[in-house]
This record gives sequence, C-alpha cells and structure tokens, in this order.
Amino acid sequence: MIRQPDPKPEVLARAPEIVAALRAIVPDGPLGHGVISDARRLKPYETDGLAAYRQPPLAVVLPTTTEQVAALLAYCNRMGVRVVPRGAGTSLSGGALPLADAVVIGMMRMNQILEIDYADRFAVVQAGVTNIGITKAVEAAGFFYAPDPSSQLACMIGGNVMMNSGGAHCLKYGVTANNLLGLTFVSIEGEVIKIGGDHPDAAGLDWLGLITGSEGQLGLVTEVTVRILRGPEGARAMLAAFDGNEVAGQAVDAIIGSGIIPVALEFMDRPAIHACEAFAHAGYPLDAEAMLIIEVEGSVAEQDDMLARIRDICAQFNPISMKVAESAEQSAAIWKGRKGAFGAVGRISPDYLCMDGTIPTSQLPFTLRRIGEMSADYGLQVANIFHAGDGNLHPLIMFDANDADSFVRAEKFGADILRLCVEVGGCLTGEHGVGVEKRDLMGVQFTARELDQQRALKTAFDPQWLLNPSKVFPLDGLPASASMPMAAE
Amino acid sequence: MSGSLAPADEAGIAAAVLAAAAAGEPLAIEGNGSKAGLLRPVQAARGLSTRGLTGITLYKPAELVLSARAGTPIPQIEAALAEHGQHLIAEPPDTRAVFGSDLPATLGGIVATNLSGPRRIAWGSMRDHVLGVRFVNGQGEVLRSGGRVLKNVTGLDLCKLLAGSHGTLGIMTEITLKVLPAPEASATVAVPVADLAEGVRVLSAGLGSPFGVSGAAVLPEGYEALRGPVALLRIEDFIPSVAYRCGRLAAEFPGAILIEEAASRALWRAIRDLGPLGAAPGEAIWRLSARPSAGAGLAACLGGRALLDWGGGLVWLAAEASEANHRRVMAAAEAASASFTLFRAPDALRAAVPVINAEAAPLAAIAARIKAALDPGLLFNPGRMRAGG
Repeated sequence: MIRQPDPKPEVLARAPEIVAALRAIVPDGPLGHGVISDARRLKPYETDGLAAYRQPPLAVVLPTTTEQVAALLAYCNRMGVRVVPRGAGTSLSGGALPLADAVVIGMMRMNQILEIDYADRFAVVQAGVTNIGITKAVEAAGFFYAPDPSSQLACMIGGNVMMNSGGAHCLKYGVTANNLLGLTFVSIEGEVIKIGGDHPDAAGLDWLGLITGSEGQLGLVTEVTVRILRGPEGARAMLAAFDGNEVAGQAVDAIIGSGIIPVALEFMDRPAIHACEAFAHAGYPLDAEAMLIIEVEGSVAEQDDMLARIRDICAQFNPISMKVAESAEQSAAIWKGRKGAFGAVGRISPDYLCMDGTIPTSQLPFTLRRIGEMSADYGLQVANIFHAGDGNLHPLIMFDANDADSFVRAEKFGADILRLCVEVGGCLTGEHGVGVEKRDLMGVQFTARELDQQRALKTAFDPQWLLNPSKVFPLDGLPASASMPMAAE
Repeated sequence: MSGSLAPADEAGIAAAVLAAAAAGEPLAIEGNGSKAGLLRPVQAARGLSTRGLTGITLYKPAELVLSARAGTPIPQIEAALAEHGQHLIAEPPDTRAVFGSDLPATLGGIVATNLSGPRRIAWGSMRDHVLGVRFVNGQGEVLRSGGRVLKNVTGLDLCKLLAGSHGTLGIMTEITLKVLPAPEASATVAVPVADLAEGVRVLSAGLGSPFGVSGAAVLPEGYEALRGPVALLRIEDFIPSVAYRCGRLAAEFPGAILIEEAASRALWRAIRDLGPLGAAPGEAIWRLSARPSAGAGLAACLGGRALLDWGGGLVWLAAEASEANHRRVMAAAEAASASFTLFRAPDALRAAVPVINAEAAPLAAIAARIKAALDPGLLFNPGRMRAGG
C-alpha cells in the first residue's frame, strides 16, 4: 500500500474559507457548479485509472478559462494549498489521485478547439479536448494527431502532455513530446507563460521538453499547440503466430533489422491471445505461444510489397500461421482484439493491474520467462502485451480486489516486474508515468543524487511543493520547503 | 582564455569542474569547438573540452539504439551506423564550412546545440531522439537522465533540458540516441516557382499530401537548368515507394522535374549544410523558425539572400553583419511570432546584441532558478545564450 502525506491541519481548518474563495474565482455557470465541495459530488473525483486508491479532495474546481486557472493557482500558492491537476482521470499510475487537503483543478470544461491550420499543419486546442477529439476535428481533411493511447476516447490532451503519452503507433510517429509545438503554461504563481509557438525548435532552453511528461509537478497547461499530420493513403495489418516467445522476438529483430519500420508492431503472449480472442472473436490463433500484429501504411501496392517482405521474414522463424488482412475490415478485426485487451482481461479477472515498463527488445524472452516464474511464485495470472518495436511492456496482473492478500501480492508482483525491467537495462515506465504507483520504486532506477537533482528542478518551478505533491518522488528525501510531514507508520 | 583542458574520461571532466568550482573560475564548455562562433562569445577563464571522451559504447542495430561518449566525432558515428544501413534521424548539419572549422562536430556539440537538418520536418529534431544522457553538473557530480530504451517517461526529462542548452546547464559526457534504418532510396521532385511565397505553397501542398515528404525546401536561385526559385520535395523510402510517390507528387505540379538518387542526396546534404544560402565569408547568418506561411515574408526582411527549409518554416538569411540588420531581423521575428538566432557573426556584433529571443519575465525567473539548481557556481558557458546569463 502506498503511503500518503498527512493533510496540512491549517488548510483543513480553513476549508470553508478556501471553498468560498475558489467560488469567487470560478462561480457557478451554465455548465454547472464551478466548485464542488460536498461529499456526494466529490465521489467521482476521488480516484482515477488506478482505482485501488481513493481519497476525496478538499474541493474540485472546474475552470473554463486560462485566467481562472491563473487566479486559482495564485490563490493556492498564497494560501499554501496543494493542487492536483486532473484531465479525464484515466491515469493508470494514480497521477490524478487527490489528497485530503488538496484542490483538484479539473480541466474538462476547457474543451474547445481554438484554431486549425492545415497549410501550416498545427492545431491549437484547450487542455480538456480529448485525444481522439483532435483527430476527429481534422480527419475530414485527411489529417490526424499521431499519439494514440489506448484511452484515447476519454483521455485529454492536457493529461497527455503531462504524462507524455504514447500509444501503439508511436514506433513511427513518436510520443506526445515529439508532436507538440507550443503550450500555454500557468505557473504556481499564476503567471501565464507561452512556451514554444506554432513552429518547432524555438531558440532558448527546451521548456516544452521539460514540461512534457512532468506529471503536473511544474505547473498547469491550459492550451496545447499540436502538430497535425496528413494521414497515409491507407494502412493494413497482418498477424503472425509463433510457438515460442523467443522466435517471435527474433522475428521482431529481423523485421527491424531489414530496414522496415512498421507503423505498429504489437506482441501478445499466450494468455493475452486467449483473453482477447474470447472477448473479440478476432480469429486469433489459440495454438500459438506468441503473436505479432504488424501494420504498414501506404498505397495498396505499397502495402502489398511491405507485407510480402514481412511475411518472408516471419517465414524464417517457423510461424504456426500468418494472416494478412485483405481489406480494411479484416485489419480492423485484427486490431479489435488488441484494442479490447484491457476489457478482455477484465472479463476473465475481476480486477487487474496494468503495468508499464520498458526493456531492451533483446531482453524480451528472458523477461517473459522471469515474469512467468514470478506468476507461479505469486499465484497470480498475468497476460503480456508488448509494443514490441519500442520495448514497452504491459503485463496485466490479475487479482481479486475483494481479497486483500491478493491485492498485496499483485502490487508486489508488479513492483518485481518493474525492478526486473530496470535490471535488464530498461526503465520503470514507458508511457503511463510514475504517479503514486511507481513513486517508491524511483530509487531502483535513479541514485539519491539524481533524484535530488530532479527535485531541485521541481523546486525551481514550485518552491512550496504544492503542485501534485506525493507523486513521482519518494516521500523520503523531500526538501524542507516541501513541508510534507508524515505520521509514523 | 588561459588554456583549455581536455580530460580523457568522465572522471577527469568532473575533477576539472570541481577545481573550477573551488577556484570560482567559469569554464567555456566545448567539444571540438567547431561551433564556437554560434550565439554569444563565452566569458570564461579556461576552456573545458569533451573531445577526449570518444568512442561508441553501445550499438544495437535491431534495438535502434546507439550510445557514444560526448566527444565522439559525428562522422565516426555516421560511419558506424552506415555499416548497418542506419543513420542519424535528424540529419544534423556539418557546420565546418559555415564556421570555418577544421574539426568535425562532436555528438555532444550537436546535441547541446540541438541542430537538425531537413528531415526534422518529418522525423523530429536531434533532441527528439536523445534517449539518455550522462552529464556532470556544476557541483562535479556525475548524473544520468533517461536510459537506453525507446520509450521512457520515468521522472523529469533532463535529456531534453540539456539538449539545446548550449552547455550552460551541464556537461554531457555520454549520450544515447534512437537511430533508424537509412532509406533504401532518395529522390526529389523539383518545382520551379515564381517566388518564395509560391514555393512555400508548393511545400505546404507536398507536406499535406499522403506521400510522406521527408524534406521540403525552397532554393532561392535555381537548380542546374532550372532558373529562379525552386521548391523541392524529398521522398525517402524503399525503391518502389520512392518511384510511386515521386510520380504522384510530380503529377500535382506542372513543370516539375525529378532529381534522383546521388544527385538528390547531394542536394539535401548541401541544403543541410547551408550551401545554397551562399553566405559570403564576412556576412552574418540568421536562423528563424516560424509558421511556414510566414517564411516568405521573413525571408524578405533584409532584402538579402535567403534559404527556406522545413516547409518554409526554417528561414536562413545571409547579409552584412550589422547591428541595423540584426534589429531588422528581430523586428520581423517579433511581428511574425518567430524564433530567431543570430547564427554566425563577428564577435563584436554577437556580444553586443541579444542573439536569441528574450524570455518572458516569469520564465526568466524560473530559468535563473533552474541554472542555480544545476550550476550553482555559474561556471558553465557564462554569457553563451544571453548577456549575464
């Protein structure tokens, strides 16, 4: 279980006064209450995608303008009130988990698309626009926004920026950080700062790069300028099934080694294949130990050429079966299982933890073997889904939330997997962020001094440590200015 | 400067930093010094170079990852990648001709200046592909950020902060990059245009096509038999794809010709290295980044020579190195919300003027605290990016 810092008694004592001040900044409007502070209405905000942890905040504020966000932060900074930013609350690492004495600033009402420029290929959107909402707004013109996290129907671009979200297609198109041009950033002092612009590589320090993926530690983002790309003529997928993780991994290496960078290259192990097939009836090979989904782009002739090359490569690794989609519909069927993976696992297990580590791809067979051994040791099932091209592994650990011991084992199992990822040369998180979930493992990847250096950068932005405190950094070793006393365990 | 140190290893760099901290003597941080003429002259008693830290320390072609010590010359890295049919994605420029340097850029220097070539428009900048760094901070501590895997969001991203910080925040000692397979073929569709504005419209149409354009530039003064400005769209891919895509693109633009393979590769190398800008030895060079549709207007702000890359959004200007010209560039950049860099100029000019955009006051305050967090003794490259900073 993850420990949280004690609430500041002086803040709790002044709660009514604080709520009144927040209401003065964000009054009720046509969209509803500007500030939520009654227990029943706070309920939906007490957790996020890491649903095992719950904590109602002091209040939730739902601003509609950058000026309101600036006034809220300036007020909280003046009063020493902690702030937890929230988009759609889809974080799987607990990035939006409240604290009892914190004000949650929810960005969902800032959901306007402000500008779309096809000639210069950018869009300016407010932080509460959903990821898919950007693509929907530009797809009629043949354009799209590239990063595509699995939660893209719900998750918001502001949250994507804060977590530097990825997705299945980032092997070719990069993650969020590679697809941003500018931000409207609000500091804890309430200063509104334009970062970057509508063009790449502004001169000066790379604030855009530092803020992206900072998990709400440095400030809030209210507007985002994203690069939009013209989509390819078409895309098509194929399946290749193998009788072992090792040979499937070798096939991945051989594809990359041949000079082909597929737009997506996904790996599923046997439990994942079975869970997804039972759910989606996608025609997945149930006799396989491992399966690859490989997608290529271009004209039909280009797709044919590329898929033929990939089929020839896979054929060298004794595949059990291969299936090339003959149409967009067949491609969609192949993807249906993968995209429904989380729901599929949810059907066979009452609860699961979705882990997110990255490993060097050559370490895949060893890593999966070790995870299999741990699965037996912990007595918990695991299904592995892997963005194979870039080494991002998503083990889904199945447990029963009604059985306290099962949850404790699942968390330990997850932590062991992430330690293993670091051990083989990888990292704790590829795209979900540290949040509270991996906070206490940061010492596995970084030395104490490295963490101190990162903390010093946070302090440069947020001297009082009011912004999303208790996330990312282990609570031991915080600077005195963070003022985060903890009761003894 | 009273001399330059070039330790043979990372520990030597750390020791030199500790000694400088003890003496309170700032350091001019460099690799081979090939871009010493970039931005402002550094005010430092001594130089500290990473050129002694050389060698590729890890290269896994199938994992698309390469690590090398910061002083490794770029050509050595390019050669090692070429042996496995791979390349540096951002196509960083060779600035030897521009700055009159005999020595090639080092990996550390290219990352610290975040310089990217034409492919940046499609595949990202140098900083986009930095997966991990080892660096020495102003207290002589060796620290790491990032790692050696392609996807990593663990903790604050110091890699991006250090990339493009021009050696003012830390001394990178080893860098891990994402690399990619080099394309099998390269070809360019060249379209004669009436003026730069029409050229940018052609680039915009090309980049708005589904054909994956990986270079989009306007040559100001023709290409071989083509007179006047020429818009260029590059396709890099497998042979059949390049033929097909160039054919489809050429059909869109009357008068288009095809520049194939070796000629195409040579042309984009020249653009990368600013050859077609034709800057005379004594002239200053400015670099502006703007929305592409502002490119043609910015290109005209001095009435001198201009080269447009990145779909028109990267504007290179060459003209007399005068403060008056610089003020004109600054005013044009301000009007177009563009980013400017005085890329090359005599020391007197670049010491006298702001060489990059000013930072908003609240950001400047944060920047000062960031500097204090990483380099509390203000040892590294004082004055490099801004006067007094």
